[in-house]
Amino acid sequence: MSHPSEAKKFVKNENRVNWHDQSLWHVREKRDKAVNLFPEWEQLREKASQIKSHSLSNLDYYLEEFEKNATANGIKVHWASDAIEHNEIVFNIFREHGVRRIVKSKSMLTEECHLNPFLEKHGVEVIDSDLGERIVQLAKETPSHIVMPAIHKKKIEIDELFQKHLHTRPSNGDENYLTAAAREHLRQKFMKADAALTGVNFGIAETGEFVVCTNEGNADMGVHLTPLHIASMGIEKIIPRYEDLGVFIRLLARSATGQHVTTYTSQFRKPREGAELHIILVDNGRTVQLGREKYRRSLHCIRCGACMNTCPVYRRSGGHSYQSVVPGPIGSILSPGIDMKKHASLPFASSLCGSCSDVCPVKIDIHKQLYSWRQDITREANEEPAKKFSMRFAGWLFTHPNLYKKAGKFGRKALKILPRWMIYNSLNAWGKQREIPEPPKQSFQEWYQQNRQKNG
Amino acid sequence: MGKAEILKAIKKNKPEKLPIPSLDFPSSNGQDLKTLYEERLTAGGGEVISAKDKAEAEAIVKERMGDYKFVAGAFEALNTIDLSAIRDPHELELLDLAVFEGVLGVAENGAIWVNEEVLVHRAAPFITQHLVLFIREDQLVDKMHEAYKRLRAHDYGHGVFIAGPSKTADIEQSLVIGAHGPKSLLVIMLPPA
Repeated sequence: MSHPSEAKKFVKNENRVNWHDQSLWHVREKRDKAVNLFPEWEQLREKASQIKSHSLSNLDYYLEEFEKNATANGIKVHWASDAIEHNEIVFNIFREHGVRRIVKSKSMLTEECHLNPFLEKHGVEVIDSDLGERIVQLAKETPSHIVMPAIHKKKIEIDELFQKHLHTRPSNGDENYLTAAAREHLRQKFMKADAALTGVNFGIAETGEFVVCTNEGNADMGVHLTPLHIASMGIEKIIPRYEDLGVFIRLLARSATGQHVTTYTSQFRKPREGAELHIILVDNGRTVQLGREKYRRSLHCIRCGACMNTCPVYRRSGGHSYQSVVPGPIGSILSPGIDMKKHASLPFASSLCGSCSDVCPVKIDIHKQLYSWRQDITREANEEPAKKFSMRFAGWLFTHPNLYKKAGKFGRKALKILPRWMIYNSLNAWGKQREIPEPPKQSFQEWYQQNRQKNG
Repeated sequence: MGKAEILKAIKKNKPEKLPIPSLDFPSSNGQDLKTLYEERLTAGGGEVISAKDKAEAEAIVKERMGDYKFVAGAFEALNTIDLSAIRDPHELELLDLAVFEGVLGVAENGAIWVNEEVLVHRAAPFITQHLVLFIREDQLVDKMHEAYKRLRAHDYGHGVFIAGPSKTADIEQSLVIGAHGPKSLLVIMLPPA
């Protein structure tokens, strides 16, 4: 598994790559428009970053404060060290209540814990209720983007999928017709569900409440109808004060889709009368990441997806090529922390242009962390052998100026006259899917000497 | 075993204590809140109409009702359903229209805050086919910071900012109104009390 080999499948179809690229760039442009409407954007980012840094430096305190206040509000709080514990807690609560059918609202954390297959194995019907998530669920795929899970799918493919599973008529990808069909289908599921599961955007220590943001209202449709609501929350989602929410709500939707706010910002403080409300605080590797000074700031992430929308590599290689729950630039610094060997190629799937860091609403230095991971990985894991050999050879050559000069001269000539197979082969990792630039007539050194002599 | 283990790991791995920032954001720069509110809600797919009083607001809703059979909420004369008489929220599925009074509105994003007290049922503003919220101009604040300052004093089990009709763009980024919840949101703006 490596990003280049997975991306190869996606880049085969050039039209699709261009379409994917443009769809995401369009979202990036919407973000810019929303952000540029008011002057305190940078101040907001700075405050958000400071709040998150402070919060992480007191994480144990705020989690306990959250637990205390949530419990006083009647919420049942659970703690899970890893994905297995999380899934067992969920299933035990379901078993107690005899739950057989659940509706789930988008949660990257439950994806991370592979909750769906676990519950299905135990005979629980799991329906992802966010339209994009439902689409990828029907297609037996995973989300390719954290905010727009089905961004990789064409209308016509969704049309065919719905014909097969929801028995719709062929509509040539009419989005209004397809959304209406999904609405009817999912309303039936909402009406019959025994329990609802959601993620958490923000947990507030001071009040013991949590916030769930959606545009479709699917989280609310689920939880307000069923007698049991379980919310799964990564421990880094905690913020200290009630008023900190003002900062994050202003940043989230604008960064994600260019909306000023999501349609619904739903705040849960107490269970509904006659219903139960549970929250699971999940570690699953986050405390380890907290201990890595260089990568700690990745825990600021509020999962807006802005870094993906702007990333030239993500836009052209598709989310699935990352083979990781969170794709794109932020995923490429989170995933190696979980399994460095498996995700060794991800930090290299970047141009290091820094655009991801520029749009990040919580000021994560994403491109610097990517660069840092490259060094750690090259030291500890292994790079592609051809590149490794070439790099070592180049390193040696650079320390021998005379040889370097001669090699340059030879190279400029050789590139012109050598047959293609000698330049584009498996030893040259830089000649894959791209043409080597035409060699200049002379080196800079030659040019400099010539011109300096001329100018005296 | 989860809790003790997690807290222990945090204590071991967390950085030195960092300060918490103050939240001093500039408030309204003299912008007309009502105009800004209307612009932002419209951008989110909602609609705003001004009315001179509650009676006119009620007349507007009545005119809009068309052949809606099941109506519930704040304008009692229009109601065919009494929300407080409903036990099981699933019964709300037949709701065509719900009308509620907003607690506060936010000009910068068009959101209106409503809570359980106003909604009677948490599910009501989501499950209804169409939604009307009315709000007084003097209940508009400029930004989210001000909204949370005011909400601080409130006690609620559940509350929600609503900033438009339910919508999705999950099919090739084409915006479609009416995903799971209301297919329309009408906000009626009333003059200060």
